[in-house]
Amino acid sequence: MNAIALVKHVPDTAQLSSALDGLKLMAEGPRIINPWDEYAVEECLKLREAHGGQVTVLSLGPAQATEALKQGLAMGADQAVLVSDPAFEGGDTLGTARALAAAITKLGTWDIVIAGRSALDGDTAQTAIQVAALLGVPQLTYVAHIREINFEAQTISVERMLEGGREVLTSRLPCVVSVVKEINEPRYPSFMGIRKAAKASIPAWTAADLNLDPATVGAAASGVSWAEVSLPPAREGACQIITGDTPEAMAAALVDKLMAEKII
Amino acid sequence: MDFVLNDEHKMVQKMVRDFAQKEAAPLIKEYDRKREFPMQLLPRMAELGLLGVCIPVKYGGAGMDYISLGIVSEGLEWADSSARETIAVHTGLNSLTIFQWGTEAQKQRYLAPQARGEKIACFGLTESGAGSDVGAMTSHARRQGDGYVLNGEKMWITLADVADNFLVFAKTEPGEGNRGISAFIVERGFPGVTTGTIHGKMGVHASNTGWISLNDVFVPAENLLGQEGEGFKIAMSALDSGRYTVAAGAVGLMRACLEEAVGYAQERETFGKPIGQHQLVQQLIARMVQRIELAELYVYKVGWLKNQGSRNTRETSLAKWYTTEAAWATASDAVQVLGAYGYSDEYNVERHLRNVKGSVIYEGTSQIHELMQGAYALGYRRDKPLRCELPAYDPEVWQAEE
Ligand SMILES: Cc1cc2nc3c(=O)[nH]c(=O)nc-3n(C[C@H](O)[C@H](O)[C@H](O)COP(=O)(O)OP(=O)(O)OC[C@H]3O[C@@H](n4cnc5c(N)ncnc54)[C@H](O)[C@@H]3O)c2cc1C
Ligand SMILES: Cc1cc2nc3c(=O)[nH]c(=O)nc-3n(C[C@H](O)[C@H](O)[C@H](O)COP(=O)(O)OP(=O)(O)OC[C@H]3O[C@@H](n4cnc5c(N)ncnc54)[C@H](O)[C@@H]3O)c2cc1C
Repeated sequence: MNAIALVKHVPDTAQLSSALDGLKLMAEGPRIINPWDEYAVEECLKLREAHGGQVTVLSLGPAQATEALKQGLAMGADQAVLVSDPAFEGGDTLGTARALAAAITKLGTWDIVIAGRSALDGDTAQTAIQVAALLGVPQLTYVAHIREINFEAQTISVERMLEGGREVLTSRLPCVVSVVKEINEPRYPSFMGIRKAAKASIPAWTAADLNLDPATVGAAASGVSWAEVSLPPAREGACQIITGDTPEAMAAALVDKLMAEKII
Repeated sequence: MDFVLNDEHKMVQKMVRDFAQKEAAPLIKEYDRKREFPMQLLPRMAELGLLGVCIPVKYGGAGMDYISLGIVSEGLEWADSSARETIAVHTGLNSLTIFQWGTEAQKQRYLAPQARGEKIACFGLTESGAGSDVGAMTSHARRQGDGYVLNGEKMWITLADVADNFLVFAKTEPGEGNRGISAFIVERGFPGVTTGTIHGKMGVHASNTGWISLNDVFVPAENLLGQEGEGFKIAMSALDSGRYTVAAGAVGLMRACLEEAVGYAQERETFGKPIGQHQLVQQLIARMVQRIELAELYVYKVGWLKNQGSRNTRETSLAKWYTTEAAWATASDAVQVLGAYGYSDEYNVERHLRNVKGSVIYEGTSQIHELMQGAYALGYRRDKPLRCELPAYDPEVWQAEE
């Protein structure tokens, strides 16, 4: 079994404060492995525990993104690959997916690619789907449970998380899966894993290594461009205190107001 | 000179901080209120390898270095002093001391299961009449056949009611002071051992502090740690390890106080602006930062000295003295920043303030450290080489399976 987890290195939104707003955080703030991607790594590790084989963690980003890969290695992944090239900068999700798909192909035979539901920063939830399309394999998104997976018969059955319910899907392997947090509880890295990760030398594949024409990736090839990124407007709520002689009268006044505002 | 943590240390830091945040902190508040020890944390800490973090793999440990021990202490005390106290006594005062002084058989029998967290250990030095003045202890050990018979009572012992193994100190030469003391490994199952919990403490309510009573306890000769009469030196070397965890822990406690104070100061408004914009509040915050950063530098210097295998009694004492006093001031200032809310257990700072007073008392009171530093500076005190030094960290040896 060969499983590949896609991990993105994202700004740590827990560090947001009045001194460090979203724009500053994106530019220079501390970064972490995308939280959903820890669930992707965990699911790969669970598959390896049940079926044997190998887990690879793969990330596209600057050299700093090796930190996310090291987190995957420390959790127990067998190998890590960074995809990194100035040519990838400023790319839209399709450009990112092209580079990731090329790297997955270069890794050789594989059975399953697992991604997170979405990235904490970009939050498009498109990358995994585009990777699947480029590789020509089925995509199973928002997966909350793998019911059955058979690497001999190359079949998989999953539960997808829907609003107010679950959908059971079966598919053939190989495929690309994106997972939600309900799927498992990511393990902490072990000390042995930490030592292995700290020593690991992680290859960085460039566009040339992947035989990608720089004109098909990065800003050059982006159909979508970020015209502007700005902070949400500051909230301006006016606070009104309801007064009254008795609690009942105050509650009645509150209900009247809520109904007038069509809130209830 | 290198002031940054390496990749390995950064990953340990993230792991411990995640654990402290996700598992320890949510439990502690409730257990501090109930004044109970959260037993369920021990198997989790064992599973993650925290209880034997800096013990070689061949003795059941995680094979990390002494800096990692500091990082674990800091990470845990960010949540609560009680979690770090477990590391201080189990890993620092007991396990590292067996690692330093023990025979191969003692390491196999006691150190390995402790490092794996299968057995929990503590350290019994203090008595009701002997705290700072260790030589005043009255517990005694009489030779009998191929062992010793121990009698006495230890007080203020962290994990007394939780531990399986105790490192206890008793006089084999009652007439002598410090030179008459020997160290013994005692198991809870030895007939004549009873323990109890002390109630009514000011802080560390989520830790267990108690007494150990030894009533004609027969201890086989192979459980003598070191040689007869070496007990005082062994106890002091144990404190070199324990005090380091206390010092590193104090940094974590200060960090928790700073985070809560900064968050609050940015939100709370008085006189039409966030209190963080009042200069006197900024001063409280600035002084917290000053103490934290200096403490951190010095603590990791001590960890580095330990990795090198350099004797660090003086530096460890200075670190413990400075960081715990700094943490007491920081916790107090943090309560001040939060005003009445800081005085309530809705927030964490009042708990940190209650807890940290213990750190200023145990493992050498501030006065004892102050005396030591004066004596070192004046040349009245000098450390002589020990028969067994704590070995320098060597990754190859620490990580070897055999
Ligand atoms: C400096 C910069 C400039 C950018 N400029 C543009 C631009 O001009 N136009 C534009 O449209 N977008 C731009 N982007 C956004 C970029 O396209 C997205 O960050 C990226 O394609 C992933 O999309 P997402 O963040 O929405 O991830 P999602 O699609 O929400 O992520 C889903 C999952 O896919 C996987 N995944 C996503 N990204 C990666 C990755 N890099 N490596 C490994 N796995 C991954 C993870 O498993 C993740 O959980 C820019 C980003 C940066 C950092
Ligand atoms: C929460 C907690 C946990 C503990 N855990 C353990 C444990 O696990 N194992 C263990 O063995 N012990 C433990 N102790 C005991 C602790 O180490 C002692 O309390 C400490 O050493 C001080 O001893 P004492 O309380 O007897 O105070 P004393 O020694 O009686 O001191 C009283 C006061 O006199 C001062 N003083 C004493 N001598 C001098 C001097 N020469 N010059 C100037 N001032 C002096 C002290 O600084 C102090 O202010 C714990 C204590 C607490 C509070």
